[in-house]
Amino acid sequence: MTPRPFRVDRRTEEYPGAFTLHLTAIEQPAPAFSPGQFNMLYAFGAGEVAISMSGRPQQLEGTTVHTIRTRGLVTAALARLQEGEQLGVRGPFGNGWPLPEAKGRELLLIAGGLGLAPLRPVIYHLLHQPRPRAIPNFRLFYGARRPGEMLYGTELQAWSHEMPVITTVDHGDSAWSGEVGVITTPLKRADFDAHNAVAFLCGPEAMMRFSIQMLLERGMPASAIYISMERNMKCGTGLCGHCQWGPNFVCKNGPVFCFADVQNWLGIHAL
Amino acid sequence: MKTIAELLQQHPFFQDLPREHQEFIAGCGENCIYQPGDYLAREGAPADDFFLIRAGRVAVETFVPNHGALCLQTISGGEIFGWSWLFPPYRWTFDARALEKVHGIRLNGKCLREKCETEPALGFELMKRFARITTERLREARIQLLDLYGDKPSAGTAAP
Repeated sequence: MTPRPFRVDRRTEEYPGAFTLHLTAIEQPAPAFSPGQFNMLYAFGAGEVAISMSGRPQQLEGTTVHTIRTRGLVTAALARLQEGEQLGVRGPFGNGWPLPEAKGRELLLIAGGLGLAPLRPVIYHLLHQPRPRAIPNFRLFYGARRPGEMLYGTELQAWSHEMPVITTVDHGDSAWSGEVGVITTPLKRADFDAHNAVAFLCGPEAMMRFSIQMLLERGMPASAIYISMERNMKCGTGLCGHCQWGPNFVCKNGPVFCFADVQNWLGIHAL
Repeated sequence: MKTIAELLQQHPFFQDLPREHQEFIAGCGENCIYQPGDYLAREGAPADDFFLIRAGRVAVETFVPNHGALCLQTISGGEIFGWSWLFPPYRWTFDARALEKVHGIRLNGKCLREKCETEPALGFELMKRFARITTERLREARIQLLDLYGDKPSAGTAAP
């Protein structure tokens, strides 16, 4: 559980306050990960923070990709890292998205804001499935605050040629030709069989709650809805208790949970 | 070519409405097509119509000096636009502009109001459907106000 040194190979500015680090292991190869898992990134002298993997699951050995929003001291320190500089990495931790659950069913990926980052490895996985595809039908619903605050703009465009991509922003601008409104609106309108679909949600907790309300109204069972939770994770192994959420530790039992298992906890304020 | 009654039957807003009511309402409707940039409604103008959007996308906008037209929401196929025809002074509150080619059904508000007055059961059914739409739009507007993707949700203040 000692952080291993990684080097920043490439740093990409996604939009002001959000950036992506492409990291390479200096000493030993980075272990493989499942989409949805996270690493603890250690900015020397500042501290550690849990950040989901956002690169390809089958990426080059020894590399890992993380998209980060600057929100506190540690992420601010990570934001200052330049290409060639080092940081510590522990992981991968947590469980991943339950892709086998979506076999033979339609998979709805519902992302809000930075929540697209933990779902990007799922999209890579889905697009690179051997044919015939085990999960043949999938689509992405992505909501963001403004067009300029959408992640992976070039990739979104490319994905839209290979899968349905429905984007919506809270506030459009004159250059925006997509939808304006909340993510629940395209969900309400979308043509899918709610009884034979699975949904993976990642984004701000309130956005996930409203999206779940809509999915339940559409008739999707709670057991077909999976969410990725965020809490104050410290050890990554369920020992320190910082991320306890009801009977669960988000770092160990999550961060991906089946809504049916946690719906009672999701409604409790300040938990 | 499909009749207005058949098109009404296919639109989610009028689905499951008894056939005789659909045919009754169809007498108030006509097919309409708007090219990108065309306005379906202008703020302050008489709101004589109500639109069922069949295909295409419409921006609900308001003009803000020094900023131009701000889009508050987009409406797509399967949705409706306009309830200003329901209540005096029957004037549009916002602009509605076609963002792409829009196919729809335009229903005359005055004609609909008269039919609802003569058929209270139909009027009540329509009011229930409009109430559902307005509730949904209110919920969406409230969620939009929360600024969920910002660093801190912005609507209102935390309760003491």
